[in-house]
Amino acid sequence: MSLNAFITEAEIDPDADGPLSGQTVAVKDNISTEGVRTTCGSAMLDSYVPPYDATVVERLKDAGATIVGKANMDEFGMGGTTETSAFGAVKNPVNEDHVPGGSSGGSAAAVAAGEADLALGSDTGGSVRNPAAFCGVVGIKPTYGLVSRYGLVAYANSLEQIGPIANTVADAAALLDVISGPDPHDATTRFNASGGGPDDSAAESDADHPATDADYAAAADGDVDGTTIGVITDLLEGADDRVVETFEASLDDLRAQGAETVEVSLDSLEHAVQAYYVIAMSEASSNLARFDGVRYGQSGGYEGNWNDAFARAREEGFGEEVKRRILLGTYALSAGYHDKYYKKAQDARAWVKRDFDEAFEHADVLATPTMPVLPPALGESLDDPLQLYLMDANTVPVNLANLPAISVPAGEADGLPVGLQLIGPKFGEEAIVRAASAAED
Amino acid sequence: MSETPVDAEEVEHVAELARVDLADDEVDAFTTQFAEILEYFEALDEVPEVESEADLVNVMRPDEVTDGLDQAEALQNAEETEDGFFKGPRVS
Repeated sequence: MSLNAFITEAEIDPDADGPLSGQTVAVKDNISTEGVRTTCGSAMLDSYVPPYDATVVERLKDAGATIVGKANMDEFGMGGTTETSAFGAVKNPVNEDHVPGGSSGGSAAAVAAGEADLALGSDTGGSVRNPAAFCGVVGIKPTYGLVSRYGLVAYANSLEQIGPIANTVADAAALLDVISGPDPHDATTRFNASGGGPDDSAAESDADHPATDADYAAAADGDVDGTTIGVITDLLEGADDRVVETFEASLDDLRAQGAETVEVSLDSLEHAVQAYYVIAMSEASSNLARFDGVRYGQSGGYEGNWNDAFARAREEGFGEEVKRRILLGTYALSAGYHDKYYKKAQDARAWVKRDFDEAFEHADVLATPTMPVLPPALGESLDDPLQLYLMDANTVPVNLANLPAISVPAGEADGLPVGLQLIGPKFGEEAIVRAASAAED
Repeated sequence: MSETPVDAEEVEHVAELARVDLADDEVDAFTTQFAEILEYFEALDEVPEVESEADLVNVMRPDEVTDGLDQAEALQNAEETEDGFFKGPRVS
């Protein structure tokens, strides 16, 4: 039976030979591919065909990769199970009664099932790491600004990064080598990273981009001897016992290889999920305002008052979770509530960042279970949106703090995969790749 | 939201601001769910004011002309166009 990992199967040939020659890649369907429809998992964009390639797609083609399809996903990235896709749910290849995670569920399922060698996902609050953990593969969420977002259809642009998914840490790191780097089309990839902060006199900042001199694949050398790993105790308290047991076994393994573990606690994390959802929903309400059915998207052909016509087109085109987030975001930004929700969420975001900075004074990398639970059964979790949001507790803090993180298989519990998440300091991709390569079998 | 409970009228008002029509059963479901979710968000009240330093600054570049989408490409995904323009709903 098909896993439904792809919304559109297509063969996009490489433009040149390169490090990814002979490799097949699944690309999440919110990343623009010239001439190949890009739906974002939404009925709204059922027939949208981008007139240009995303920067990461150009980089794949230049590196010799063959793109084999556009991967299924939660609608506009809004979900953690890939069940909100307008194109149907995806099955977890490890156990087809369970969800593959999300929102990049098609990308992770395609890699886990061997339908593609590699995949690209996007991670706004865990959408690469969550499905990587649930499908038993590797996923990396890069530091904000490492990878160009040009051509990624925006959901919450201050939080999201495109990231690689692969069967091994070395393969994921090699894909990161290909997609990372400065891009004149994305101003957030241009800065001077050599000093303590950006240097506004450096207009030509390509040489300063952290990817320029990095070799992420070479960092997958398995050498964790002498590394200090900080275990975030706050994120173990609410986790499933079977997950914690598997996580602890994986830490034992790292200690046996010479790593030291210390406990760290971040008080701000209690507010991370709330802050994340307020910010993500607020940005979504603004970013998704463009889908009015006139320039692209389905219009429904309504006439009359423009606002009424747009509202009817949007009622038809958007699914329930997308409407829920657009409305809650509109509410959080509306007069009288902005200070109560949005401003407070920004304070919480700054607090989370500060807490991580302090934690990295005591540890080289930080560790948590990627997901606090095992992959839910298909259809089990859709009725209670708040419970689904809480499932993101371990992944969203990383996006709030703009940090890099990797999910690597830690083992299985009850036949279902458990992921180990390793979080690095800003642009510390090599450190998390190194530690993760020691954790994999 | 103990002091400002969410009612159906408020959900409908926000839906109007967001330009999203809702069916009656969606209004009912969202009213219940929003109350629960917003109550959870209430905990943000406990967050202290935190000074934050911006990670990003403006990056300047020379203003050079480069190729962009041509008109046909820009219009290719619109359901209706006329004389090289997007065509919106007819105002009755």
